[in-house]
Amino acid sequence: MNPATTAKVITLTIDDRSVGAREDQTILQIARENSIHIPTLCFLEGLTPAGACRLCLVEIVGTSRVLPACTTYATEGMVIRTTSPALEAHRRTVIELLFAEGNHICAVCVSNGNCELQDLATELGVSHINLPYLNPTRPVDASHPRFTLDHNRCVLCARCVRVCDEVEGAHTWDIMGRGVDARIIADLNQPWGEAASCTSCGKCVQVCPTGALVEKGKAVAEMRKRHALPKLITRQQEHGS
Amino acid sequence: MSKIRFATVWLDGCSGCHMSFLDMDLILLDLAPKIDLVYSPLVDFKTFPDQVDVTLVEGAVSSTEDEEKIRHIRRHTKTLIALGDCAVTSNVPGMRNTFKPETIMQHVYGDAPPVQVIPPLLPKSVPVHHIVPVDVFIPGCPPSADTIVKTLLAVLEGKPNPVPPRFG
Repeated sequence: MNPATTAKVITLTIDDRSVGAREDQTILQIARENSIHIPTLCFLEGLTPAGACRLCLVEIVGTSRVLPACTTYATEGMVIRTTSPALEAHRRTVIELLFAEGNHICAVCVSNGNCELQDLATELGVSHINLPYLNPTRPVDASHPRFTLDHNRCVLCARCVRVCDEVEGAHTWDIMGRGVDARIIADLNQPWGEAASCTSCGKCVQVCPTGALVEKGKAVAEMRKRHALPKLITRQQEHGS
Repeated sequence: MSKIRFATVWLDGCSGCHMSFLDMDLILLDLAPKIDLVYSPLVDFKTFPDQVDVTLVEGAVSSTEDEEKIRHIRRHTKTLIALGDCAVTSNVPGMRNTFKPETIMQHVYGDAPPVQVIPPLLPKSVPVHHIVPVDVFIPGCPPSADTIVKTLLAVLEGKPNPVPPRFG
């Protein structure tokens, strides 16, 4: 964000606190600047917000719908609630749906202990999943020489799609299909190792919140990601390296 | 105070949660005067008694035998605690859920799978609470001895449960 912006300054209320902001800021940005915590999964600083995971839903007085904080811009006089029994129930359901829809076996996952889905379950008090597990049959793509894509652990946050397009400029990744059939594809739904556009930079692996995109050769709980990568790169680009 | 009638059960799991339970070491001596261990793989009682105050269940529900056991246990237990990821999420036993039971039996036993002794597999290996109501959940693979003892003491003393740890 350019500090010399001419955007208007506004005041709004978040969780009974009066805060100042610019009108080109999202509710999530303003909340974070003011140390107000809103849980997120698909959001990653340095990438365009997608509003895909629905964890950052907030209540806005005068609006009947709940709205994602990451893609909703603040307006003058807005009154926002980031937490309520209803919002907490929404967020827990989102987490339960993600666990029920994929095959997330934490105990045998390379990202065990370094997984944002796992952390969110703990943070939101999801100690068990009431929904029936779908146990879908999903493939694992190990065709790339250095990395593996395990669809079983994918939560479709689209961080990989965005970092590949916006930061690396390769746009290898996309999402194909709808609903429970949606999945990440490389190029024109080819094995990753055969995707001509992939530069093997590994940014998608570093931003993936779970163990869906991982480096080869890691054993259980050994995969640690560098989630700050897009933020660091985009800041460097803005300030000129 | 009368002793708590206490049981532990081992369904489809690796017994790692029971090992973690024993890992309490000296704390077991503090626990001993408070409980009466009426059924467990750690002792030799053959049948699950009628009235049990607290039962720890390790493992997922994977076979018809597991299902019969857990339904019986639920009927005779006041507070049922799902201990560890297999009981809470079905975990590793649940990794067979994308295959049909017949495919698994064929893969393991060949063309003549046993019809006796080995209980038939359920279509899916499921968490305990998908079969019977569970009162307390302790995730972890395995949960640490410290987590088990804290939760157990809270239950025995009728206090709120401590914050559950993460899965895995």
